[in-house]
Amino acid sequence: MKRERYLNFALMALLLFVPLLAWLLDEPFLITLTTRAVIFAIAGVGLNLALGFGGLVSFGHAAFFGLGGYAMGILAHHAQTYTPLMEWPLVIEGTKSMLVVWPVAILTGALAALAIGALSLRTSGVYFIMITLAFGQMLFYFTISWSAYGGEDGLSIYVRNSFPGLNTMDPIQYFAICYGLLLLVLFGVSRVSGSAFGLMLRAAKQNEERVQAVGQTPYRLYLIAFTISGAITGLAGALFADLNRFVSPTMLSWQVSGEIMVFVILGGVGRVYGPVAGAALFILLEHTLGGLSEYWHVYLGAILLGVVLFARGGLYGLLAGREVAHD
Amino acid sequence: MSWILLVEQTLNGLQFGVMLFLMAAGLTLIFGVMGLINLAHGSLYMVGAFAAAAVAGATGSFGLALAASLTAAALAGVVIETTVIRRLYDRDHLDQVLATFALILIFSEGTRWLFGSFPLFLDRPEFLAGTVSLPFGIEYSKYRLSLIGVGLAVAAGLFWMIAKTRIGIQIRAGENDREMIGALGVDISKLYTLVFALGAALAGLAGALIGAIQSVQVGMGEPVLILAFVVIVIGGIGSIQGALVGAILVGVTDTLGSFLLPKVFSLFLAPAAATSVGSSLASMAIYILMAGVLLVRPKGLFGGA
Repeated sequence: MKRERYLNFALMALLLFVPLLAWLLDEPFLITLTTRAVIFAIAGVGLNLALGFGGLVSFGHAAFFGLGGYAMGILAHHAQTYTPLMEWPLVIEGTKSMLVVWPVAILTGALAALAIGALSLRTSGVYFIMITLAFGQMLFYFTISWSAYGGEDGLSIYVRNSFPGLNTMDPIQYFAICYGLLLLVLFGVSRVSGSAFGLMLRAAKQNEERVQAVGQTPYRLYLIAFTISGAITGLAGALFADLNRFVSPTMLSWQVSGEIMVFVILGGVGRVYGPVAGAALFILLEHTLGGLSEYWHVYLGAILLGVVLFARGGLYGLLAGREVAHD
Repeated sequence: MSWILLVEQTLNGLQFGVMLFLMAAGLTLIFGVMGLINLAHGSLYMVGAFAAAAVAGATGSFGLALAASLTAAALAGVVIETTVIRRLYDRDHLDQVLATFALILIFSEGTRWLFGSFPLFLDRPEFLAGTVSLPFGIEYSKYRLSLIGVGLAVAAGLFWMIAKTRIGIQIRAGENDREMIGALGVDISKLYTLVFALGAALAGLAGALIGAIQSVQVGMGEPVLILAFVVIVIGGIGSIQGALVGAILVGVTDTLGSFLLPKVFSLFLAPAAATSVGSSLASMAIYILMAGVLLVRPKGLFGGA
């Protein structure tokens, strides 16, 4: 599948080229738009690990996205109000350092996914779709009524978190951080996908009995994939909250879960770089159609319908063939 | 806490429940017979409400408004079934979720384009205004009480249709073995269109009836859709009986939860804290109920093997 590799390279080059050009032309808005696409791509790559490789249609990934956002928001909120996060049994201060915020967001996403996955994976099929949706809604309503951290109004962070040696408020430098993290996540996921675990996971998606027969537990494989998936999506949430310097329950709404799923399907389910293409195309459509008409959602819906009905396999299926690469 | 208030809240829960049943019955039939997840079901509810509000605004007749809601929703159902949904029966759930998600976008923006962003209002009919006196000195809204009646009557009608009529037998046969009923000479694609239109009409009716209590606006379908999914998952997908039990459970849990939980917490918490803890738990109550049911019975209360 040489074609897929060329396509991956072209895609990543384009995502790097557009903001660099915008930087030279002094168009900060375009840089921020690409940064959004890159962050959504990270969330999509995270979901794809569960959905694409494990066949787990999670309709609740906005929960991990939002929890990652809240992890960042809460730490930064305590740092900017100089109140400790916790005083007992040990004092924990808030922080504005990305190097601390990210691991906390990743851990939050992973723990939530571990708990939700452990319960949800007892069901399958439509029941799995619906129970993940239910857990997502539960956390959505929880954040709405969580008045200590803004409730429905959300939390504002006045200055972006800090990264050693960089000025994160400069759009191109923040883009560089997100792009670097996307590369890391892609590298990690392609390693996982190519590993023995990844092979087993894909095998379980196709035939659970056979996987059981060779001594593996599908439940365990699914749970690990779901947990890693939640961790990556949590990281994306922290980055997104930092981009907007704002976190609110909207990040946990079911429409966001739907959108992350759209990135994956639009790009190509089960292709490592598929969600990157999907997120980039989605942001591009949102931006160009939004400029054309006030009612641009109609066109977006029509395009999505067209993709489902006539271009199965998404953008990657269209450009690189239906067959998924096995390297 | 007076027990009269409790009875009223229970009735409100029941009313909410039977309205959810109208939504959930269509969803569960469509899922049971055709194996299709239809996220756009909430859009049909919205279509029904808008059609009713528009016709009531033009003619002033509530009866015509109801007829319009049934017709418009059923028509919309037939149109999307024959143009889009039909191509999705053999696809996996993922494609169905995405395609019907796309339909939501189209319906919502289309409605906004036709009617604008401002909510419409639908007046309840003259003869159902005011309250009715029930035994033990309870005063209850006439309109809400008639909603309970309509909902239960539709439920009874559906049970009769599924159990006794020819079309009901075909629907049940279609759930079990779609090739076999095709071989027996039933036009499956016509049957599917019919079931879809029926589900759509029920959703449209629910939209019109609720439209006289709440405002009619774009996006009104999605919260109800999610609740309807919760209902059918609790009841067991494909089971009309499960949908009825699930709907009433969800309706009563939601209404009584937001009424009782803050009071329960105020027994041992400060008033402000009790209100905030109680109301946040109340908004999560039905999802906790659903998770609990699925943990004990992964296929829902009335779900098959």
